[in-house]
Amino acid sequence: MSQGIEVIGLYVRDQDEALAFYVEKLGFRVHTDVRNGDYRWLTVQHPDQPSFQLGLFAPGPPVHDAATAQTLRAIVAKGAMPPLVLTVDNCRSAYDRMRARGVEFTQEPTERFGNVDAGFRDPSGNGWKMMEARRL
Amino acid sequence: MTGGAATQDPELLRRLLRAKDRMDGASQEDWPVRRLARVSGVSQAHFARSFKQAFGVPPHRYLLTRRLERAMALLRDTDISITDIAFRTGWASLGTFGRTLRDVTGENPGAIRAQARALSRAPGRVPTCVLSAAQRPDLRIAVSEKRRRVAGGINGSDE
Repeated sequence: MSQGIEVIGLYVRDQDEALAFYVEKLGFRVHTDVRNGDYRWLTVQHPDQPSFQLGLFAPGPPVHDAATAQTLRAIVAKGAMPPLVLTVDNCRSAYDRMRARGVEFTQEPTERFGNVDAGFRDPSGNGWKMMEARRL
Repeated sequence: MTGGAATQDPELLRRLLRAKDRMDGASQEDWPVRRLARVSGVSQAHFARSFKQAFGVPPHRYLLTRRLERAMALLRDTDISITDIAFRTGWASLGTFGRTLRDVTGENPGAIRAQARALSRAPGRVPTCVLSAAQRPDLRIAVSEKRRRVAGGINGSDE
């Protein structure tokens, strides 16, 4: 067991919707999906990255009071959460594949500084940059 | 704190974000409120008010900052002529572009290009979207208001 970051979480507006998006549209796998009353710990994983989990968490009780949950939902919905970066082998083919599955792209693949990147959002509003892995 | 956004419906905010994303993706295009409101699925009056409440600036000013940001990036990073940059980034004329840029930054396009080249540095590993956002002009007041203040000699006075 090596040391390092194991889980980073996103806030999503609806965990079922987020699960469908990350699994069916992005090709991630479910790592953990457990419930305790209203609380649901849900993490997904990139198939090539078994040591890292992306948490898909819904603001709300018992972790947040109603006003805090509302604020978090608003922040996510207006795209104010930090950017996320997905590395892919081929940005243009990933774009074609994901777009065909209905992913909402905010930027078509664009070549800049010798690298190709694109931008998309999850249904909640979390923004991803998709970058082609640099070939060194 | 702006305060207002937390009271806005997240479903509405998500749809307003879609209009903002569309401006980000094609800031050189015309984005009348009618078009933006259609993207968000709300009335024009509701759109303009809600957008400002959500993002702190009216939609037309947000668009202006994106155009200026793109124009400054092209001045900095490319050899495209200033006239071409003006048209590519959405201005109807070179004069409007030059005047707006001067009103916001205090510099002519040519001077911005020369200064940027003097300071040029490698973009490194910061994603371009973040880099461009960091270089976005911060327009707290309308350009017309800024012009008025300069013309009236009240620049820097309180509001």
